[in-house]
Amino acid sequence: MSETTYTPESGDVEALEFHVTEDHHPETGTLLGFWLYLMSDCLIFACLFATYGVLGRSYAGGPTGAELFDLPLVAINTSFLLLSSITYGFAMLETQRKRVGATIGWLAVTGLLGVAFLGLELYEFAHLLNEGAGPQRSAFLTSFFALVGTHGLHVLFGIIWLVVLVVQLRKHGLIVENQRRLFCLSMFWHFLDVVWIGVFTFVYLMGVLP
Amino acid sequence: MVVMSPSGDVAMQQRDLILWATGLMLIVIVPVIIMTLMFAWRYRASNRDAEYSPDWDHSTMLELVIWAVPLLIIIALGAITWVSTHKLDPYRPLDRIDASRPVPEGTEPLVVQVVSLEWKWLFFYPEQGIATVNELAAPVDRPIRFEITSHSNMNSFYIPALAGQIYSMAGMETKLHGVINEPGVYDGFSANYSGAGFSHMRFHFHGLETEADFEDWVEKVRDDGGELSRASYKQLAEPSQKEPVRYYADVDPGLYDAILNRCVDPGTVCMKDMMDHHEPDHDHGSHGN
Amino acid sequence: MLEQLDLTQLIFGRLSWDAIPLHEPVIVATFVVVAIGGVALLGALTYYRVWGYLWKEWFTSIDHKKIGIMYMVLGLVMLLRGFADAIMMRIQQAWAFGDATGYLPPDHYDQIFTAHGVIMIFFVAMPLITGIMNYIIPLQIGARDVAFPFLNNFSFWMTASGAALVMASLFIGEFAKTGWLAYPPLSGIMESPGVGVDYYLWALQIAGVGTLLSGINLLVTIVKMRAPGMNLMKMPVFTWTSLCTNVLIVAAFPVLTAVLGMLLLDRYLGTAFFTNDLGGNVMMYINLIWIWGHPEVYILILPAFGIFSEVVSTYSGKRLFGYASMVYATVVITVLSYMVWLHHFFTMGSGASVNSFFGITTMIISIPTGAKIFNWLFTMYRGRIRFEVPMLWTIGFIITFVIGGMTGVLLAVPPADFVLHNSLFLVAHFHNVIIGGVLFGLFAGITYWYPKAFGYKLDPFWGKMSFWFWTIGFYFAFMPLYVLGLMGVTRRMSQFEEDAAMQFWFQVAAFGAFLIALGILFFIVQLVVSHRRRDQLRDTTGDPWDGRTLEWATSSPPPQYNFAFTPRVHDLDAWWQMKQHKYRRPEQGFKAIHMPKNTAAGIILAGISTVLGFALVWHMWLLAGVSFAALLAVAIGHTFNYDRDYHIPAEEVERVEAERTRMLASHV
Repeated sequence: MSETTYTPESGDVEALEFHVTEDHHPETGTLLGFWLYLMSDCLIFACLFATYGVLGRSYAGGPTGAELFDLPLVAINTSFLLLSSITYGFAMLETQRKRVGATIGWLAVTGLLGVAFLGLELYEFAHLLNEGAGPQRSAFLTSFFALVGTHGLHVLFGIIWLVVLVVQLRKHGLIVENQRRLFCLSMFWHFLDVVWIGVFTFVYLMGVLP
Repeated sequence: MVVMSPSGDVAMQQRDLILWATGLMLIVIVPVIIMTLMFAWRYRASNRDAEYSPDWDHSTMLELVIWAVPLLIIIALGAITWVSTHKLDPYRPLDRIDASRPVPEGTEPLVVQVVSLEWKWLFFYPEQGIATVNELAAPVDRPIRFEITSHSNMNSFYIPALAGQIYSMAGMETKLHGVINEPGVYDGFSANYSGAGFSHMRFHFHGLETEADFEDWVEKVRDDGGELSRASYKQLAEPSQKEPVRYYADVDPGLYDAILNRCVDPGTVCMKDMMDHHEPDHDHGSHGN
Repeated sequence: MLEQLDLTQLIFGRLSWDAIPLHEPVIVATFVVVAIGGVALLGALTYYRVWGYLWKEWFTSIDHKKIGIMYMVLGLVMLLRGFADAIMMRIQQAWAFGDATGYLPPDHYDQIFTAHGVIMIFFVAMPLITGIMNYIIPLQIGARDVAFPFLNNFSFWMTASGAALVMASLFIGEFAKTGWLAYPPLSGIMESPGVGVDYYLWALQIAGVGTLLSGINLLVTIVKMRAPGMNLMKMPVFTWTSLCTNVLIVAAFPVLTAVLGMLLLDRYLGTAFFTNDLGGNVMMYINLIWIWGHPEVYILILPAFGIFSEVVSTYSGKRLFGYASMVYATVVITVLSYMVWLHHFFTMGSGASVNSFFGITTMIISIPTGAKIFNWLFTMYRGRIRFEVPMLWTIGFIITFVIGGMTGVLLAVPPADFVLHNSLFLVAHFHNVIIGGVLFGLFAGITYWYPKAFGYKLDPFWGKMSFWFWTIGFYFAFMPLYVLGLMGVTRRMSQFEEDAAMQFWFQVAAFGAFLIALGILFFIVQLVVSHRRRDQLRDTTGDPWDGRTLEWATSSPPPQYNFAFTPRVHDLDAWWQMKQHKYRRPEQGFKAIHMPKNTAAGIILAGISTVLGFALVWHMWLLAGVSFAALLAVAIGHTFNYDRDYHIPAEEVERVEAERTRMLASHV
């Protein structure tokens, strides 16, 4: 309790200062704030995972994961996304070296990998829909499309953000604001990677188990 | 106040539990209210006789007490909760008829299958082969086992005089055990809002004095009753309000099971026959099985 | 012909003249009153040429104080709507016995109780709580604004946008008829094909964005922007409880977003999350919504606990008793609030062990809560209690809240819940804690901090009138509901069978509701009277109550920058200690102050969101597409604005501070 109990008698009473005269600038909270946002987003995914956990075997007489999933395809897709995280890391390294051009170059590679990922995912979805295995078919497919689709929408949003950021980098260079944004997008991108690893393991790998 | 003076043993035990828990909590609630008023009066600013210690903000002893008192009460209440929740688990078959009489060896409970419809109640008596709408009967002192499901919306099956309530949910079966100890006519209703006709989703529960009275009632249903086939069920299941009492003597024996497994329509696959469906789960309202 | 039809459909979706409820006289009358009032208000605003002022100084403001006040205005306006719903229900239930069907058909009554719950929680309690936190937290921690001022403005407008959608549903179409948590399958497309549930879902999704962002914002503000020297254990209790509340918001609202999102998919795309067939599972919805719903209760009550702590210590002229145990109790409640959600549906058929686990965790929450109540009591003990209006609310709270707490613990005993669940006993219980706890806390807080925000105190006579009518009205309105619950009466009934004993209690409850109506009226009278008497009630010192925390160290109302110099904190009661040390505020040496600029982006984005929500409710796909594209474009456009802040010049600061010096001198 000593830190909360104030006793006026104790020693250097007169020396207490009650305001700071220099300009007080608290450190920026953007990164913390963005991280908190990511955690809240993570909870949305947690709900979708939990829902998949409950409904993931409710096939309603329809197709099962083992019948539907094309593991090699998903494995290629996974490698696209993992690679894109690495290339984003290279972009961040270039940022630290203050090289705008190289940063933008690596961002472009990252974005292209993201587009490739989305393209393959859409191909997979189209294939499922063609087979009559759309989200309306069973609770299993509902929860599958919701989880994977929400992740896909996040990747799409990340790509849009990435494009906007490239434009802003070309316009203003590596100013403090842009560096902060690069860092936030970096967290976002890696976060999506982590979520995808969960999806790959929990949905695809475990889904093809008998 | 029916909840405070019920006529069935289960509801009676639930009443006693409310009284005990309230009594336990009053041990701390009453002193708090008195102290609030007392302190407010005694330490009013105009009372200059009262002691004033503006910097007094801590006392280890006192803080121990103010955490310990609620803690002790909650320990007591928690123990009561654990025991009573297990004893009064609606899924658990009864072991007594009332406080002084255990269920005699070899007594089979009366089975009633309950379906909530929009907005009425359908009761099947599988052993008697009859069914009724909005009327329920059972002999006094005979344990009853309700098996409950719903046609579509979630409702809650509740006869306050008999026992606590339990939800009815489509595609799932919940269970409730109870026994009525005094003859009489009691109110039953849905205790979970389910749409426009909800206010009138009520029925009467007849506690009949003897087994013979119950047999008479069954006979009456048989005599006056019509046919309940899958087709007439579909008609009955259409939303309607303030539905009068109806009797059915000729009941499709697989109907309740079909409702539970959502395959009343010809050609639909029953949930229990779909591959890879949920295994019945003891802890939750289990899926049809 | 066919093409024309399709075009109409594309533009208007399922909206047609039938959607305007002209056949409901009650609604038409309401609409006429609202329309006349609205036109009069808009006319007055135009006549007095205040649109520019409102737009520049308020709507686009990123000043946390102005945003806080706008939240309060929103909450109080919506309180009138929510209360109108309440009194309509009370009249209906006191009337509709036997052959009398009352004046509200089920179709209308069911919308009213749904709207009442939704509005009171999401658009009254939440804005009022957020408003007070917004206004007070930066002042209490010695900061100049929140961490993300633009987001703050955006959050407010998103909340207002959700409220606007709910209000629109009153006159265009209908609101949900499902109860405030919209359980499927009743809220599914099969059972509720109309627009009501869609209004509900989009309003909550849009407002939810605002709530989540404001939670993140305040959390970062408290973590990063405290004045030097204010470590966690020197933070005022209100800031502590707000910290915990915002942790809960960030950790609970995403669950609501997710579960409502799934219901939206079920309704719009025909998926099978919560359907009866195809393997859907309604129990999933009920679990998820309560995993949000139970923490929500603590989101509301914790800041109220904080307010009571500030009030009781200030008016007792005494340090808060047991500060550390107060903090620990708050944290314990925060953690435990996530482990009790199942107590909302003991009757769903969980096993006895699961039920008793959740029953006992629920009871455990009453231990820290009990400790808090004792701490307030022992703060009063050996104090010098001034019975200003906030203190009256606090005493009213303690007595009322312990009763509500007791019935709450009773409901946590599963076998007792089996007979009380969904009954009017339950309704009485949660009104007992939400009115007796949250609302009394809000009134205490509003009265306590009003002079800080507006520079004059509220008139105590009308404040006391409001307090007594609210309190007595509360007991008349809700004690009968406990009795009715024990008579086995279920909630959400619009009609009853003949029963004289029952009807008597409903009539008593209706009488209580009228007393509460007077309590609300007197609160409004209090605002008007105080405004007219503002010269007599003026607070020139900035510290009208002999306060203890930093918000009282600055002027009333505070300057735009809150503090000319950032305070340095040495003690929990920072301002009290400054006063004891005869601290003299500096009168020169001011520097330019770095502040964020106003922006219209927030209100524009939220406005487009309202249009988007409305378009989605009515299936106006063209408008939905256009407004979604516009939303994206404006959001991206906003990120190209790098010029977001400016400096208040030192001379300006000096002028404002000199003004304050004169003000303080005039007081002595």
